[in-house]
Amino acid sequence: MSGYVAYVGRRLAQFVLVVFIGINLAYVITHATPIDPVEQSISAVTYYGNTAPDAIEQMRTSLRELYGLGGSPVEQYLAFWKRILRADFGPSLSAFPTPVSTLIGRALTWTAGLLAVSTIVAWGLGSLLGGLAGYYQNSRGLKLMGVIAMGLHPIPYYILALVLLIVFGFLWPVLPISGGSAMNLPQTLTFDFVTSVLQHAILPALSLILIGVGSWFLGMRALVSNVVTEDYVVYAELAGVRPWRVLSMYVMRNALPPQLTGLAISLGGIFNGAVITEKVFGYPGVGSLLVDAVYAGDYGLVLGVTTVSILGVSVGVLVIDLLYPLLDPRVKVH
Amino acid sequence: MTAILRDLLRYHAEFRIGAALIAVVLLLSVLASFSPYPPQDVYVVPPDVPPSLTYWFGTTSRGQDVFWQLSFAIRNTLLFGCTVALISRLLALVVGLLSGYKGGWIDRALMSVNDTFIVIPLLPILVLFYFVMRDRMSWLSLALIMACLGWAYDARLIRAVAMSLKAREFTQSSLFSGMSTREILVQEHLPYVTPIVFSTTMNNMVWSIGLEVTLAVLGFTDINTPTIGGMIYWANQHTAMVAGVWWWIAFPTIAVIMIFIGLFLLAVSMNDYIDPRSRLRSFGGAS
Repeated sequence: MSGYVAYVGRRLAQFVLVVFIGINLAYVITHATPIDPVEQSISAVTYYGNTAPDAIEQMRTSLRELYGLGGSPVEQYLAFWKRILRADFGPSLSAFPTPVSTLIGRALTWTAGLLAVSTIVAWGLGSLLGGLAGYYQNSRGLKLMGVIAMGLHPIPYYILALVLLIVFGFLWPVLPISGGSAMNLPQTLTFDFVTSVLQHAILPALSLILIGVGSWFLGMRALVSNVVTEDYVVYAELAGVRPWRVLSMYVMRNALPPQLTGLAISLGGIFNGAVITEKVFGYPGVGSLLVDAVYAGDYGLVLGVTTVSILGVSVGVLVIDLLYPLLDPRVKVH
Repeated sequence: MTAILRDLLRYHAEFRIGAALIAVVLLLSVLASFSPYPPQDVYVVPPDVPPSLTYWFGTTSRGQDVFWQLSFAIRNTLLFGCTVALISRLLALVVGLLSGYKGGWIDRALMSVNDTFIVIPLLPILVLFYFVMRDRMSWLSLALIMACLGWAYDARLIRAVAMSLKAREFTQSSLFSGMSTREILVQEHLPYVTPIVFSTTMNNMVWSIGLEVTLAVLGFTDINTPTIGGMIYWANQHTAMVAGVWWWIAFPTIAVIMIFIGLFLLAVSMNDYIDPRSRLRSFGGAS
């Protein structure tokens, strides 16, 4: 057990380091800019309408602190961290005066729901089919799946998303192609709202799952086809262990850990996939928020989303890594 | 080298298809030098003409010939991928070899940084970059940034090989014969990891081109330099799909898919070639 505790400690330390480096990266990037970002952002907001002078002043102070301007370099750096640790990114410029954290919180639910579910579905399906394909190497159907997966795998998400959009938006319009739920429904837990959310999720989820399944399939098939040649599998088969048991307990179980690491990384990477998929389907998640924030010149929001992504990714990887030794006892030894 | 290529061409269907796809794309990119129009000029031909014998791939709503525009776009996109791949390969090699061979605290320090780079979400970071740089974000600076972010995973692969090389006898004998760390890494270990470097180059190019296209489609790059993503961006800006100018989006999309599938197949076949087990399966014992 003490091995596991040490492992957890090491992983936690690494988690802190990842978040620290990531956020510092954001700080350094911000400071590399040759333009005066504060005044530019302010002018972008005031351009659209009249804002009360004290509101502008409040924006200016909060922005200056976020950018880390004013005071000595050390003070700037500390002020920056103080705000990050309180999750205070100031008011959003594009949705003034809603705080950035509220906007992100709202969007996060949508992203987490859509992306976590479709990533896990794709992973499960791909691993299962890939496992079968690696074990039953002569099955014609599974071979065909391999060819399809090979073709789908390198295509970027948004290309498929565009294709789906054209097919279901113009050629055969049966599914909603934009938004997270129907406009006229209140966002409460009613039957109508839930079905509407599910309907709106079908296309973006499909674009993520179709491609995801392909790459998990290929990965798992390669892993399994290595495991099936191992002596213990051959021995189990010769000893008359039932095929299903060999497949599930001997082959799959030993091929799965590397796939799990992959799941951790891609659960973390959902923010990468999210941005363009959400933008294409107008899904009200973190990705759309980020893109709109850039178009609107909303610095606090951009920084907020970046920070939350870094945090989300690291937490995802951490959780999987902590569960990992329970599946593969070898991990905690070294 | 030629023997490897010959084997791959003869025994490997994936390599043949991949090489053919990439050859077509390369040919198109070379044609850019013979273009009758400068790439940035607009309204040089009548706009919105569907594909015909005069304009093979049609023309855009901005009055550009899609065929010639695409040739420039492919050239820039490929160059971008190569630049990123080249620089990030150097980083991955140095970090991977050093960390695998040296071990100890150097290894731990380098790998902590490495793991960080593996999990950090790159797209938000790149978007942040664009946000602070705005119009100063040039094609080259984006390539440099991506190279600095894209080496981590491959450094891990190289490190794994370097660690096994370190345990082999020849490393010990070269160490005792007085070779310095640099000499051992460059002369003894480098040849063993070269195949990995080649196959990861393809994957890295797929990755970097994919990200560049993503950013460009959103308009978060230097959209005045013609790239494939830039073409799709302008097509979307002019709502080409709704207006029925489908060829403006279709041809860059086809080009991107050809590049991706081509590079991917090349990477797969090289991986197969490196892995002795699958090499035996597809090439027989001779090679």
